[in-house]
Amino acid sequence: MKLDFEVNGRAVAVETSPARRLLDVLRQDLALTGTKEGCGEGECGACTVLIDDEVVNSCLVAVGQVAGHRVRTVEGLADGEMLTDIQAALVRFGGTQCGICTPGIAVCAARVLEREPEAPRARIRELLSGNICRCTGYQLIVDAVAEVAAARSKRGP
Amino acid sequence: MTSEYLRPAALDDALRARRQHADYMVLAGGTDLYVSAAHRPEPPGIIDLFGLPALVGVAEEPDGTVSIGAATTYAQLLRSELVKLELPALWAAAREVGALQIQARGTLGGNLATSSPVGDTLPVLLALDAVVELASESGTRRVPYSEFVTGYRVTALAKDELITAVRVPPRPPGARQYWRKMGTRRAQSISKVMLAGCAQVEGGAIRHIRLGLGAVADRPVRARAAEAAVLGQPPGAQTAERARAALAGEIHPIDDVRSTAAYRLAAAQNVVARFIESLAEP
Repeated sequence: MKLDFEVNGRAVAVETSPARRLLDVLRQDLALTGTKEGCGEGECGACTVLIDDEVVNSCLVAVGQVAGHRVRTVEGLADGEMLTDIQAALVRFGGTQCGICTPGIAVCAARVLEREPEAPRARIRELLSGNICRCTGYQLIVDAVAEVAAARSKRGP
Repeated sequence: MTSEYLRPAALDDALRARRQHADYMVLAGGTDLYVSAAHRPEPPGIIDLFGLPALVGVAEEPDGTVSIGAATTYAQLLRSELVKLELPALWAAAREVGALQIQARGTLGGNLATSSPVGDTLPVLLALDAVVELASESGTRRVPYSEFVTGYRVTALAKDELITAVRVPPRPPGARQYWRKMGTRRAQSISKVMLAGCAQVEGGAIRHIRLGLGAVADRPVRARAAEAAVLGQPPGAQTAERARAALAGEIHPIDDVRSTAAYRLAAAQNVVARFIESLAEP
């Protein structure tokens, strides 16, 4: 069936089975391969995207469910070549190694800091706990996000 | 191949679809049903209840009953002041279901429909004497959660029914609620043992007690022998010992990939004892 929804501010129409995973439609039909598949079981958060500003695992969503809704992927964060402050901090701190978890972390962190711009370190850890990283031990990821939180709260809302 | 996808706008439409298509997947947040979906055949059809307005929201009735729509997500429970204030054990459980990603999509009704022995909210429903509201085109019925779950991931839900709400009756005045989940790591883990408690102490004795346990049996269970062993007793270490002994006789957890029978029994005893002892604190 034909499904109409919005991805990164752009209207899209996809002809597909409504039962397919949103993750697969993003990657295969829309060529948005920034969203990664880790476990396919809703455990690891590598496939994190936003649906109507909620942080979700796109491997657990039937694409039919997003018809009429707004989806935002990692490709929708940066403005062209200009990285967001969170992406830039992840690069600067080395909060990434193999990189599979990084898009999901960037998407999750972007939303978390929109909602709780002054989240302290412990809260950042809790809010990012749905994004599993097997390389870094999380320290540099949390350092990067915490620095953005500090920088943003210093310059005010 | 999925040939039909239905997103009913009203409960009547959903109930009609359910009666007409018993073989369709009833989908809400997908946090159980879509696990490893890539490796399973597509259902013939989907009835999508996520966000159906009649099934979303939390309301308090005049007698103090709290009614929660079945498609209410954990994130919505966490944003509810009513839940935080009146049902703190449920609020605490919702905060430990997966992480943001799962909380945004997973629903209370979905947790009930699966009724896994490790469903995070289910011990809370037992501790709070929650009643499940089920609807079909022929009417509505209410079933206590303890009777709704009938076996390992088996429930009393009929083929033409949908779960519409969870109703939590008024708690005894001054009753305290308790929640503790134990897993391999603090976040994003499936439990080894869970305890939800609700207890009222009056005149120096325990006058009301409910102990709901998860991951110690084929389904979420109440520790009725342990409850009986402490009822009428003063809260504290001696009474906690009575609960420990009773618990050893009534729960028979198993060894599996996540834990061992011995660990689960010991952990359940410790956490029940901790709850009973905490009741002595002001």
